[in-house]
Amino acid sequence: MNYNHFVIPFAAGALILFAILVARYAYWIVQMPRSDRRKAWTGFFRPAFFRSLWEVFRESLIHKKVFRVNAMLGWMHMSFAFGWFLLIIFGTIETKFHKHKVFNMPYDPIFLRYFEHDEKQFFFSQGFSFVMDFLLLILLAATFLAIFKRIRSRFFGMKRTTRLILGDRIALYSLWSVFPLRFLAESFTSGLHHNGGFLTGTAGIAFSSFLPLQQLELPAWWAYSSALFVFFVFLPFSRYNHIPTELFLIFLRNCGIKTSGRFSGFTEFEIYSCSRCGICIDKCQLAEVRPQQTQAVYFLQQIRRNILQPQTTFNCLQCGRCTEFCPVGIKADTLRSIKRTDYSLEYGFSYKYAEEKIPPPALPVDVGYFAGCMTHLTPSIKIAMENIMKKAGVRYHFIDRDGTVCCGRPLSLSGNERQARLLMRENKYIIRNSGIKTLVTSCPICLRVFRESYDLGIEVLHHSQYLLRLAEEGKISLKPTDAVFAYHDPCDLGRGLKIYEEPRMLIARCGELLHTQQEKNEALCCGNSLADFVTPEPRKQEMRDHTLQELLLNNPDALITACPLCKKSLTYGSNVPVKDIAELVAENQ
Amino acid sequence: MKNIVVIGGGIAGMEASAFLAAKGYSVDLIEKNDTLGGRLANWDRLFPTMRRGSEVTEFLAEGVMQEAVKVHLSADIVRVERHHDTFLLVTTQGNELHCDAILLATGYDLFDARRKEEYGYGIYDNVITSADLEQIFSSGRDILTQKGKKPSRVGFVHCVGSRDEKAGHTYCSKVCCVTGVKQAIEVKQQIPDAEIFNFYMDLRMYGMHFEALYKKAQEDFNVQFVRGRLSEAAENLDGSLALKVEDTLAGRPMKINVDLLVLLVGCTPSEGTRKMASLLGLKLGFNGFFKTTDQHTMTNYSDIPGVFFAGTCIGPNTITNAITDARAAATAIDIYLSGNQLANRKMKPHEEFWLYPSH
Amino acid sequence: MKNFGYTRHTDRQIDFDATDKRLYQFVFDLEPSINLCIFCGTCAATCSAGHFTTLSFRRISLLLRRGMNDIVKKEIENCMLCGKCQLVCPKGVNTRNVILQIVKGIEKYEL
Repeated sequence: MNYNHFVIPFAAGALILFAILVARYAYWIVQMPRSDRRKAWTGFFRPAFFRSLWEVFRESLIHKKVFRVNAMLGWMHMSFAFGWFLLIIFGTIETKFHKHKVFNMPYDPIFLRYFEHDEKQFFFSQGFSFVMDFLLLILLAATFLAIFKRIRSRFFGMKRTTRLILGDRIALYSLWSVFPLRFLAESFTSGLHHNGGFLTGTAGIAFSSFLPLQQLELPAWWAYSSALFVFFVFLPFSRYNHIPTELFLIFLRNCGIKTSGRFSGFTEFEIYSCSRCGICIDKCQLAEVRPQQTQAVYFLQQIRRNILQPQTTFNCLQCGRCTEFCPVGIKADTLRSIKRTDYSLEYGFSYKYAEEKIPPPALPVDVGYFAGCMTHLTPSIKIAMENIMKKAGVRYHFIDRDGTVCCGRPLSLSGNERQARLLMRENKYIIRNSGIKTLVTSCPICLRVFRESYDLGIEVLHHSQYLLRLAEEGKISLKPTDAVFAYHDPCDLGRGLKIYEEPRMLIARCGELLHTQQEKNEALCCGNSLADFVTPEPRKQEMRDHTLQELLLNNPDALITACPLCKKSLTYGSNVPVKDIAELVAENQ
Repeated sequence: MKNIVVIGGGIAGMEASAFLAAKGYSVDLIEKNDTLGGRLANWDRLFPTMRRGSEVTEFLAEGVMQEAVKVHLSADIVRVERHHDTFLLVTTQGNELHCDAILLATGYDLFDARRKEEYGYGIYDNVITSADLEQIFSSGRDILTQKGKKPSRVGFVHCVGSRDEKAGHTYCSKVCCVTGVKQAIEVKQQIPDAEIFNFYMDLRMYGMHFEALYKKAQEDFNVQFVRGRLSEAAENLDGSLALKVEDTLAGRPMKINVDLLVLLVGCTPSEGTRKMASLLGLKLGFNGFFKTTDQHTMTNYSDIPGVFFAGTCIGPNTITNAITDARAAATAIDIYLSGNQLANRKMKPHEEFWLYPSH
Repeated sequence: MKNFGYTRHTDRQIDFDATDKRLYQFVFDLEPSINLCIFCGTCAATCSAGHFTTLSFRRISLLLRRGMNDIVKKEIENCMLCGKCQLVCPKGVNTRNVILQIVKGIEKYEL
């Protein structure tokens, strides 16, 4: 058996890490709802398992989503993850070949060069030395990139990087030192025994010419082992905790477990899977206008450290861009919604007045139109909708012509789910009472809650979907013009409900649609989100101006959107007309 | 003979040109429209006197008639070059104007009331702006609803696009309050049976005789003032408008129908101001009007020696004050060009932006 | 008890020094934009709930400053947080957060 005292730090570190992780994961699994646990157990025997493996390869090793953000950043992450992974794999295989034994000590591959420096040739030994040195080179380059990234993050497409806490720093510095120390230790050994590959071998010869390698060899291996010890021990308390946790998250997600309405074992896996890579910081529009550390990475960090401030929970547009760009796929917006319910207010809101019911239509009709609160402040939209439906010969019932109660989503976004349910009950009664079969709404905020929380049992459409249907059925015909348009995706309609194409298809029937830099799932928020309770008005306008700058870059004749709130917000800052998709259709009918 | 280019042929530009010519300078007056008079040309009667605006324009035109003033109509500046203490300006007609000083009198634009969609301008037929109403007055036409009916109830909405954080104009436009009172009287004069309601959040009758005009409106014309800013307007089937406004003094929301709704639109920085600022490299203040060297003592001075301001390009103002300001600008230019020591006085720089801490 | 033919009226004045301004101070500390309110009433007439109830953000904003918390507490129950008031406010008052903070303050001071 190969042994030297310097293997102790590594072995101890690995054991501590293993113990902490096992205890932690077991606790979380126990905390998961029973139905989720059952899904997870059966997942091993379903295609979910292989899907998970593939996803682990794609995201945990190759980091495809990080590549999407920036190629340099992706390369750095891939070098570390995939490079280290291959180093372990090849190291293990090499050890097996070398010793002609299937079982050996787990630290053997790590310290192989120290223990085995005889000239004994074995199958493909030259090849192994080359591959191991090549991988080490890749990892050294990655270390260099990582240090460079801390100094010049813009080079990696990042304007801002995450502010690190102490645990992160210690783990970070130990990680930075692991591969340079391995390089030194292996070089010193090969300098003494002439057994390295192209990198360590050459370096060894060079070092031997001016360094007393006999005295330095053992300290170098000690240092390497100790760096690994520090990294392993701090890993569970640092950002690198994402490395093991993410594997579980990917598997659980592939088993069909979702972030539900409350915190559970699964959300713990989600929260601890955050690598604090900081990609969400740049993608958060609030980062442009306010110094507050409120982005998903800080929100999750504060939960992990148990220092979450209500300010952080409520200072969020819930636009979903962080989730969209998160390389780990953490649903930070959903987690924040859940966290908000902790602040649910006991002292209640009461909506008894809504008992004065809105009357149902005099004659039964199939289509009900629900403008929404905000649409009453943008009357062009409701007028356009009425004109189109009249012209198309649709018999409809305008449910909230004289106002009604709110859909409940704004209250829900404030965390007051119980009160929101009261409102929903009123509205549900009003909608059901009207006897309609298709509900059309102009407000994506209403639409989202109608679909996700109302359980109406009837078809619920955004007006863009309904108008496209009317056009496809030939009930309305649209005249194409020479005008060029840009389209702004409302958050709740786009990322929220994945309705991207219908408004675009309608615009394409009326003129030319320009592409914008970030669109569809990457679209920017208008800044006026009802989910944000903290940001002051001037800051919201600043966000709006950034958004407009991007939307108007190619000088469209008009800016089209599909949400009254977005329209209202964008209109005040735009130098071209801002129209709702319904207005555009009405004009080109 | 030293030459001055005055940009903007509104009242400030006209009067400054006249005074500069009288002082012995040659003046090129650039006006983008085909007539002089600027916004005043579209105004019928003036508060608080009810004098015709045209009388003022005629008076000012007399000054511009001097030989030393060369008027360029339908002209615009396309290029500016600065050589030491002289300037070269090129107009759309291709004229190259060399000058020793530039006076910017680029005036103001009216707030685009369509941006306040909930008020229904451009959507409902019977919602008009104060400028539209003025046009009706000066054309001599009757005030009628879209369907040709004499309105029996008219509403005026104060502060449309002024003092409005959402509309991006946080300042007071100064002249709309008294315009609202003046126009209310005029409507009542034309239709004595009509009921007039002015919806306001504050009434700022700051000028001499403005308060008297307000009292006159109450006393002799029975104009009703409702303290509440309009929330929403909706169209009834007959084309009249249903207004939602809180009667804040009664403490209750109020529904009220009017046949005609007049929006008292505020002043915004003009297109010409933005254009000249970018051509000359001048700073704009927080509100988008020109930034003056000092708020108290040097309102006619820009940060570029030889470039001066007059009138409403530095902020909303009345006709009276714009004319006075034009004369002051002419004096400032005269002092500057004569090389008098007075031109070298300096104020310690002030910071406009302390008022806008959030920006 | 003998009826002397008159009834006692409570004093109609707002006894400013006697009322409880803690709630206003609490809200102001957390959402200072409440003090931007100029009581123009735009919020009140656009209010979805104000259509059916006595809810008026303007009045809440005013009475809060006078320490008339009873009325504030009663009226605020009708708010749906829909945000129309915030959208039309010419002064940029963050009305929805004001409402949330008032409710929190009511809980805190057990009003």
